[in-house]
Amino acid sequence: MRNFWNFLLIGVSNGLVYALVALGIVLIYRSTRVINFALAAMAMFSTYIAASLVDRNAPYFVAFVAAMVFGFLLGAVTERFVMRPVESKSPLNAVIVAIGMLIFLEAMAGVIWGAKLRNFPSYFSLIGLKIGGTRLAISNFDLFIVTVVVVLLLALLVLFRYTKLGLMMRASAFAPEVARLLGVRVGRMLTLGWGLACAAGAVAGLLAAPKVFLFPNNMDAVLIFGFTAAIIGGLDSPVGALVGGLITGVALSFIGGYLGSDLETVGAFVILVVVLMARPEGIFSSISARRV
Amino acid sequence: MQESMVSAQPEKKETPAVKRQSGMRRVLAQPLLRNLVVGLVALVLFYLLIGHLGQYRIYQLSLVGPYVIALVGLSVLTGQNGQISLGHGALMAIGAWTLTLLQLHTKTPLWMMLIAAALVTMFFGALLGLVAARLRGPYLAGATLALALGLPDITTRYQSVFGGYQGLEVNQPNAPSFLGAAATPTEWLALIEMVCVVVVMVLFANLLRSRVGRNFRAVRDDEIATQVSGISVPRTQVLAFALSAAAAGLAGGLFALVAGNVSPGGFSVVLSISLLAAMVIGGTGTLAGAVWGALIMVYVPEWATTLTQKLNLNQAVSANLALAIYGFLLVAIIMIAPVGIQGLVRVAIFKLKSLRKEPG
Repeated sequence: MRNFWNFLLIGVSNGLVYALVALGIVLIYRSTRVINFALAAMAMFSTYIAASLVDRNAPYFVAFVAAMVFGFLLGAVTERFVMRPVESKSPLNAVIVAIGMLIFLEAMAGVIWGAKLRNFPSYFSLIGLKIGGTRLAISNFDLFIVTVVVVLLLALLVLFRYTKLGLMMRASAFAPEVARLLGVRVGRMLTLGWGLACAAGAVAGLLAAPKVFLFPNNMDAVLIFGFTAAIIGGLDSPVGALVGGLITGVALSFIGGYLGSDLETVGAFVILVVVLMARPEGIFSSISARRV
Repeated sequence: MQESMVSAQPEKKETPAVKRQSGMRRVLAQPLLRNLVVGLVALVLFYLLIGHLGQYRIYQLSLVGPYVIALVGLSVLTGQNGQISLGHGALMAIGAWTLTLLQLHTKTPLWMMLIAAALVTMFFGALLGLVAARLRGPYLAGATLALALGLPDITTRYQSVFGGYQGLEVNQPNAPSFLGAAATPTEWLALIEMVCVVVVMVLFANLLRSRVGRNFRAVRDDEIATQVSGISVPRTQVLAFALSAAAAGLAGGLFALVAGNVSPGGFSVVLSISLLAAMVIGGTGTLAGAVWGALIMVYVPEWATTLTQKLNLNQAVSANLALAIYGFLLVAIIMIAPVGIQGLVRVAIFKLKSLRKEPG
């Protein structure tokens, strides 16, 4: 029974990281209909920036914020100068451009920082908390993950629900033409959306790195699990991203714990198939009408 | 992609004008025979070509073959039927392991092993197709991507059957005596591949001109209108997936033969993603585009590696720089040629033709 609770807690902690990645994917998908595979590389690159700063004796939280800002800029620049020209073409083209960016950024990280695995400081202890006499599978760092993700989600909720900027962003995503007629700079909103999504990705990278270590491909598997989470939740729902992330994280933790960690990836496929057979467009998708 | 509805018009019945033409013309007027003739000519040219190439060049060429076949399958599925797959690397893996296990445990002749690789993968492709028929766009992409990630891990889980991380060795077939005593297994394999490429190309070229091909495109263009016309959309989608998987399985079998071993590392997610990228760059939905895509998959990384090695950097840096060039080129090609290389070729041919017509 103790195993059960431990797997559950690990699952929630991992799931929140997947949820952040999923959120990055959802934010971009619902405004530009692009699956941004480059998110993994952007998160990794931002994490390397933070690691370089920490190596130069910068405080952890300064490096953390710097990585977020870098992620934001990287996302914004990518949207404006790389994605904008292909966004109007077939969606597949944009996906291939994102994949090209992924390969390019990962290779450049290898050129700049070397392809070797390195540690990433976690600031908070990774050793399990003690309650009574038993040691739990979650640490202070996991509590930090929960706090960061909750704060980020609340911040985004406030932005989208209660600010004019958020309203303009939602308008640009759902009805770009109408929004443009009403004076919203839709292009700028898309750039902003990409920036926010990639900043969320950067945070996911920072939170994942102490556990998966830091190397140019370190976020690839995390991205695929995050993508799985986004799909389970429904690609245009931020709430779905959170729920999908938790489902994916907990399910994979149980599969890894009880059946063996090498079945986690197979498990992700099975979960995806099971959920999609019941809800082909994810749990929180809006119902789409079919028109002739 | 859009133009194929036009070319999909049923072939006209033989008109008297066609009958009066000479024998060769009449052969060329029929798509089935024309494709066959073009394929045979390509085969002969290829045979003559490898006589002039060194062993390494032939080996490189034989890497192209499996990719062409896999890309034909993927391109028909995505470009003609509108279903995206990020899992064709996994389907290739099924074909590769089928051939390897048959070779290891039985004495099946080579051609039967290749057909078995295609058929077994076709079966799994049909199963995947049943799932795929319910999913659209990015949801299908995600499900197939998860398969591409998960399948290689099954081979490491059941090491005793699939060989674990090292994988299993594959014996390359010896050249038969009718090629002459000097023929090497590399040359023989290249020839086998070319035959497979021609067979697959001709079969798919004809399939796309048939009713089945028209149904594929109808489903891609408008599912509801297709369903209303009495064509079962899910059945068509499953069929497309199964046929596409058969090509991927054959490609996987050939890939195993060329590589001389099968291991999970050879069929990672990267392979599936590269296939999709190569398909789009070559020209989605076109058979010629599959050839362009396969050539790019093999020769661009090779060229980039040679280029960066000349810079005298350390090994790791130059390898990564080559990869960076590859990534950069992917982005650049999509920006320059949004409809793929075959799209550029078509535009060029069209312009040449209209130039020739103008003076007359």
